[in-house]
Amino acid sequence: MYAFNYQRPKTVRQAAGLLAKAGGDGKLLAGGQTLLPTMKQRLASPAMLIDLNQVDGMGGIELKGRNLHIGAMTKHADVANSHIVKTAIPGLAALAEGIGDPAVRNRGTIGGSIANNDPAADYPAACLGLGATIVTNKRKIPADEFFTGMFDTALEDGEIITKVIFPVPQKAAYEKFPNPASRYAMVGVFVGKKGSDVRVAVTGAGANGVFRLPEFEAALKTRFNAKSLDGLSVPADGLNGDIHASPDYRAHLIGVMAKRAVNKALGK
Amino acid sequence: MTESHALTDTRADPRSRRRAEDERFLRGQGRYTADLTEDGDLIALVVRSPHAHALIRKIDTTPAQQVPKVRAVFTGDDLVRAGLGPLSCSLPLSGLIVPERLPLATDRVRFMGDPVALIVAETLAAAQDAAEALIIDYDALPALIDPRVAQNADAPLVWTNAPNNRAFTYEKGDPAAVADAFAMATHIAEIHLVNNRVAAMALEPRTVRAVYDPTRDHYTLTLSAASIHLFRPEIAKVLRVRDEQIDLIVPDAGGGFGMKNVAYPEYALLAWAAKTIGRALIWTADRLEEFSSGVHGRDNITHGRLALDAKGRFLALDVKTISNLGAYVSSLGPGAATTAPTPAMGGVYSIPAMAMHVEGVFTHTAPVDAYRGAGKPEANYLIERLIDIAARQFGFDAIALRRMNLPKRYPHVNAFGYTIDSGAPRDLLTRALVHADVKGFRKRQAQSKKRGRLRGLGVAFFLETSRGPVGEDAWLRLQHNGFIDLAVGSQSNGQGHETSMIQFVADTLGLPFSAFRYVQADTRVVPSGGGHGGARSFPMAGPAMAEAAARFRIMLLSAAGTLLQATDSECELITDGVRHHPTGRVISLSELARDAGVFEAHGRNDADLYNFPMGCHIAEVEIDPETGRVALLRYSGADDYGTLINPLLAEGQVHGGLAQGIGQAMLEDIRYDDNGQLISATLMDYAVPRGDDLPDFEIAFVENATAANPLGVKGAGQAGAIAAPQTVMNAIIDALAPFGVTHLDMPATPEKIWRAMNRT
Ligand SMILES: Cc1cc2nc3c(=O)[nH]c(=O)nc-3n(C[C@H](O)[C@H](O)[C@H](O)COP(=O)(O)OP(=O)(O)OC[C@H]3O[C@@H](n4cnc5c(N)ncnc54)[C@H](O)[C@@H]3O)c2cc1C
Repeated sequence: MYAFNYQRPKTVRQAAGLLAKAGGDGKLLAGGQTLLPTMKQRLASPAMLIDLNQVDGMGGIELKGRNLHIGAMTKHADVANSHIVKTAIPGLAALAEGIGDPAVRNRGTIGGSIANNDPAADYPAACLGLGATIVTNKRKIPADEFFTGMFDTALEDGEIITKVIFPVPQKAAYEKFPNPASRYAMVGVFVGKKGSDVRVAVTGAGANGVFRLPEFEAALKTRFNAKSLDGLSVPADGLNGDIHASPDYRAHLIGVMAKRAVNKALGK
Repeated sequence: MTESHALTDTRADPRSRRRAEDERFLRGQGRYTADLTEDGDLIALVVRSPHAHALIRKIDTTPAQQVPKVRAVFTGDDLVRAGLGPLSCSLPLSGLIVPERLPLATDRVRFMGDPVALIVAETLAAAQDAAEALIIDYDALPALIDPRVAQNADAPLVWTNAPNNRAFTYEKGDPAAVADAFAMATHIAEIHLVNNRVAAMALEPRTVRAVYDPTRDHYTLTLSAASIHLFRPEIAKVLRVRDEQIDLIVPDAGGGFGMKNVAYPEYALLAWAAKTIGRALIWTADRLEEFSSGVHGRDNITHGRLALDAKGRFLALDVKTISNLGAYVSSLGPGAATTAPTPAMGGVYSIPAMAMHVEGVFTHTAPVDAYRGAGKPEANYLIERLIDIAARQFGFDAIALRRMNLPKRYPHVNAFGYTIDSGAPRDLLTRALVHADVKGFRKRQAQSKKRGRLRGLGVAFFLETSRGPVGEDAWLRLQHNGFIDLAVGSQSNGQGHETSMIQFVADTLGLPFSAFRYVQADTRVVPSGGGHGGARSFPMAGPAMAEAAARFRIMLLSAAGTLLQATDSECELITDGVRHHPTGRVISLSELARDAGVFEAHGRNDADLYNFPMGCHIAEVEIDPETGRVALLRYSGADDYGTLINPLLAEGQVHGGLAQGIGQAMLEDIRYDDNGQLISATLMDYAVPRGDDLPDFEIAFVENATAANPLGVKGAGQAGAIAAPQTVMNAIIDALAPFGVTHLDMPATPEKIWRAMNRT
């Protein structure tokens, strides 16, 4: 770890001010589950850490009409255990329950996870699969525009995620095939159905991070049933390959996980 | 204990004393090497090669030395100038080429992680800054990773004095007899297998604190290691001093599994640096260093053939192995594929003729050395896989084929001439089958099928050959404070000797457990020792402790007799001390220590006999055919570790070994890419088993005492790791049999299984 300065603002405005002052050398600290290990390995070297843990109004889970609002600093464990989430979008609570281990879930935050946009992280699939809106101190960004590539997002310098708004779907589920070592998603598929809209989002597999499967979505729009996906496949081109899974195998797993997610969403 | 009794509830057994040391471990009060850092200690950091193979053109240490708080930057040239000696190998294998290796590379690096420089600074951050400032000019060269390729005539040489990259050739057995048997055989089963390279992954990484005392010209190393007495001479040779000038002390240690039994280059390096700088130094490996530069285990390629007659009787076993030694010959490295597997070759079975040919090969990978089981897992894996292949290919029932080929009686002398004194494998098999409810398997398989899953059953024996280094000492010392120190040359780095050994001695003497203090792994107070390697602790140290206890009893009685002016026979040892019959007077141990003074009894065991733990294990797996993912649902067995001292601790040892064996079978894999970059270098990519990867283990114990030691004990420390790989793999291959799969190499990853099922 390199030496750094540390600030603990109380409001989003203060945090944004500190971030602006630090120029490119400031970093927001949420749960620290990704940032701190990277700093320890000297792969990140922010001159200033701006800790969000005491900032007001960045936590909390609320159902407002047909939308579920989750504050950016909400921990995975709180999403997993929330009665509101379990009732409104059980698939989202289950996804949070499957992230890492208890220590990680009790520190890691939804804001940190999606800001980081790890290509194997779980939340990005939920955001895309539910058509979420990412709210920052400056604007609202639709999930479709937010995840721009591996570890890359639409966030601009000085922008802070304050909450994520998930439209409550009729049916939704996440199916994850964990990497045997890291337990991140080797392939994870989130399926969401709201009215006539169906979304299928894939994480863990894409070389550019989370992505949607329009062909699968179209088939499920016709009939929301795993059988509708029979015969559909995903090309291996552009998928990740590593010691745990080749692009071919990942392509195959996407099909299997998608069907299982649909079945799960249907309560089968 | 008789053969007819099997212990299934270890917890209920009165011998199952709970571990005394867990109190402090669970409360976070254990004292590990890094906890013993003192104010003023300097931090040492080892700079390692990022290349698998490269020439070192030039190292410029000036910028690194100018970093604030940096005290020194050392390179291989400094060691040459200081006249340090090379690291050695303590395994006598004829014809072995041991290349010269200094603790830091001088002109060439030979694996990713090879130590190149040592930085000493006041803080870790300063040392890291210096490591970044250090300029090393490398000339990268092609790397050899595959030991098969390494033997090709046109392969580059890891060492110019090792033609064909061969470090040794090892032969055992009777090739002519084997050839004759094969000529007469009705059936020949054959396998080509890779026994995968794995990392021991001790929780506590290697750590060394080095102090040099110039007034005595003496080095003290506190370190997380095992087998310290055995490798001390290797450190002394590098430093060019006498053994007695070095003390090695191991406080609490968080695991080792063999990978800490070797003299790492860092040990002598730290000692020398502490002397050179005149300050105490501490080095703690991080996880990446553990994966890249801690010794690895296994990694050999074997072609095995088993000859059978028409009835299925085994006639001969022929084994050809290429053993990947890595870039250097580690302390005991060549043993793991040669002398270590030899006594276990052919497993529990009676095989009239055997031959073994092993070639040890250098590659540009981390050195390989003994890892839990060392060679025994490989030997048993080979025969047990071959038997399943033979059964399927030639239409035998796999269980009947095993039973038919068990020795008819014991002692059994195997084809390599080892005498297996005791065992009851038929009994173990019968019990294991009942214990696992193998009768109910078909029904469970049908239920799995209904859920779209493939279920497989794996049955396998294991034969462990426990001995390790020969000879062990034990001392009992009555101390001033009235406690009795039990000092033993063997060493626990998590096994629980502090409980089981005191328990044994306390029970032998009839004194309370609390009267004793356990002392180990400290050359200042334990003059010699053989470590734990080869599951040797109780078989070797037990008789030494028994002898020391017998002498100690006499000493206590006679000391008390003198004080009481009584004859020895009028005195008796009771829980509170020594009692004088005629008067009923009792002298406590502290009174004795005060009035009669401190005294010591010594016991030594020089037996060189192997003991042969064995067991029959049964695994059941379920495979998800759509993904290839395996769930290990049931794992049980019936094992024989001779007379048990503490069944609970023995069971704990077996469980830990099983977890590591299952890890090797299903998850663990050290992988290098073609350039020699380690690509399983962190826990993000190296998969170790976790609680939810494992079922509850149901191991029953049958206690057939061995005659190899007066206690009747057999070593339980490695057995699980020796038993699990073949048991699990046999179950997986059984589940895949409908797809014509006859073998898969470990680890059986989901993708491998999926590919095997979808082979066209
Ligand atoms: C052992 C382990 C296992 C894990 N397993 C999984 C898994 O299975 N699945 C999974 O999805 N994840 C996994 N994770 C990641 C974890 O879930 C965290 O969500 C993730 O590390 C980031 O969240 P954080 O709150 O810790 O963010 P931090 O590490 O604090 O920050 C991460 C990045 O996001 C930025 N940031 C944080 N908050 C905001 C904000 N509000 N606005 C803008 N930028 C922000 C930071 O500046 C930083 O760049 C694992 C992590 C560990 C250590």
